[in-house]
Amino acid sequence: MTDTSGDFRERIALASARIPFQVKVGAVWAVLFALLGMLFYFADYDVDWMRENFTFILRGLQFTLLMALGGIVLATILATLGALARLSRNPILYGVAGFYVSFFRGTPLIVQMFLVYLALPQIGGNLVDRYPGLGTNFQQALILEAATAGTIALGLNYGAYMTEIFRAGIQSVAHGQGEAADALGMRYVAKMRRVVLPQAMRVIIPPTGNEFIAMMKDTALVSFLGVAVATAEMFRRSQLVGKADFKNLEAYVLVALFYWALTAIFTFFQSRLEARMETGYVRESRSIVRAARNPPHGDLPSQPHGGLG
Amino acid sequence: MTADDVLVRVSGLQKSFGEHVVLRDVDLELHRGEVIVIFGRSGSGKSTLLRCVNFLEDPTGGTIEIAGQTLTGGHRTRRKREQIRRVRLHAGMVFQQFYLFPHLTALQNVMSGPLALGRADRRLLSAPVDGSVDIRGRSDRATIKRRALDLLDQVGLADKADQHPIRLSGGQQQRVAIARALAMQPEVMLFDEPTSALDPELIGEVLAVMKKLATEMNMPMLVVTHEMGFAREVAHRMAFFHEGVILEQGTPDEIFNHTKETETRRFLDAVL
Repeated sequence: MTDTSGDFRERIALASARIPFQVKVGAVWAVLFALLGMLFYFADYDVDWMRENFTFILRGLQFTLLMALGGIVLATILATLGALARLSRNPILYGVAGFYVSFFRGTPLIVQMFLVYLALPQIGGNLVDRYPGLGTNFQQALILEAATAGTIALGLNYGAYMTEIFRAGIQSVAHGQGEAADALGMRYVAKMRRVVLPQAMRVIIPPTGNEFIAMMKDTALVSFLGVAVATAEMFRRSQLVGKADFKNLEAYVLVALFYWALTAIFTFFQSRLEARMETGYVRESRSIVRAARNPPHGDLPSQPHGGLG
Repeated sequence: MTADDVLVRVSGLQKSFGEHVVLRDVDLELHRGEVIVIFGRSGSGKSTLLRCVNFLEDPTGGTIEIAGQTLTGGHRTRRKREQIRRVRLHAGMVFQQFYLFPHLTALQNVMSGPLALGRADRRLLSAPVDGSVDIRGRSDRATIKRRALDLLDQVGLADKADQHPIRLSGGQQQRVAIARALAMQPEVMLFDEPTSALDPELIGEVLAVMKKLATEMNMPMLVVTHEMGFAREVAHRMAFFHEGVILEQGTPDEIFNHTKETETRRFLDAVL
């Protein structure tokens, strides 16, 4: 009995060795999806409800993306300025940047969102009460839409984290590069813009892509500020309809899938971008580089083959 | 030569890194059309001198007169930074490690200096000694590109204009770096051990370009190098550096055939 079972396992191992590794991994994913599907089926997952509310939730995508995009633009600007300040010998710039990074890394993002959304208007109101000369325009300027406040808070928060990424990227550029730019009589701004920052980008872009993807998911936090339905992002929308119809399972699974798909898409584009950044740093033509990066799977002896045999 | 011909005048130059004294008291004059080869053992301070001339190192003492300005070391105020920048506009620098910009093609490297100039800066430049396109006063990209292509042609790399540095050999990279420095129409060229990082078979092509620059264009040059053959052929004057001072200077004939100092003799015997 043990002999035949050993034989059987041996044959399975041999047969499976011919299947490419990625195909096996794909099979595992398919099984996991199927199991989840079964779970939802037995939990009386309401597919019709999902179909009816699909577009309503998906319409939040534009606001999710808009906030993430606005946030990353603001964060990139702040991180560039912050990194240059952290690298400067000017005590004021250095101090301000350090203060900024410390505060926004040292407090929760959700607290920062409420500070921008609800605390700023109070500052405005009380200051105008005390100094009427400031005018109501000043007061009005500090009262922000929830989405705007959320975007600003996202930008401020991520900008603080990205300051360190940008600083490391700038420092990764060889010292001689700056000297060569100096020797050509370039001013500081020209040196940074034409020589240092483009080279730093190679180091900066991959982690910044990760930050952007993370920020896309953190836009869900803006829902806590109570956005109006018309401009609500995906999570807020799923919350609203899920609660109203007692379909929390369907609503949250659906919105989770949206975020997941979004992340997968942007991860794909990010890897393409990273490959493009190699221009000027690899000698081989692109096709060779690509082949070297993605070795053919399957019959390579170094690939793991599971626990059988 | 008259005093008016002096392009670079280094007087009483001192440089220390903390406790370590690299330059003790250096005087040197470079005249129009002159090539000076600076030689000596590693660590004798010759590269530091060159780097002090365009303020990549900050002199501890003494003055440097270049491009009509007299400058000293010390704290860099906004005004001083601008003066230093103007000095650099007139002095082309070539580094041992080339320091080409890896994200730019050969052509873009050569264009990078002029493209970064403001309109007012361009008027500060000197006339080009190479008889090529003059970019002064003209702010268009096309003129700068024509000059850059012309210079790449002069260093024998017209066909490599669109290659990134990583695709070029060390000798080719250094020739692009020379073209990049020349693009700024410098009055004087500073070479900091331009062939020391090169494989032996690539040294000749770089020296040939430098020789052409000296003999055909009368470009004034300060050259730190161990290439004694180049010095014998091209230099008008040679300066032997030893322990932070110029121990001996003279024409190649005086240095090679009528050496005065025993230290100089010992060094020459070691490298020849």
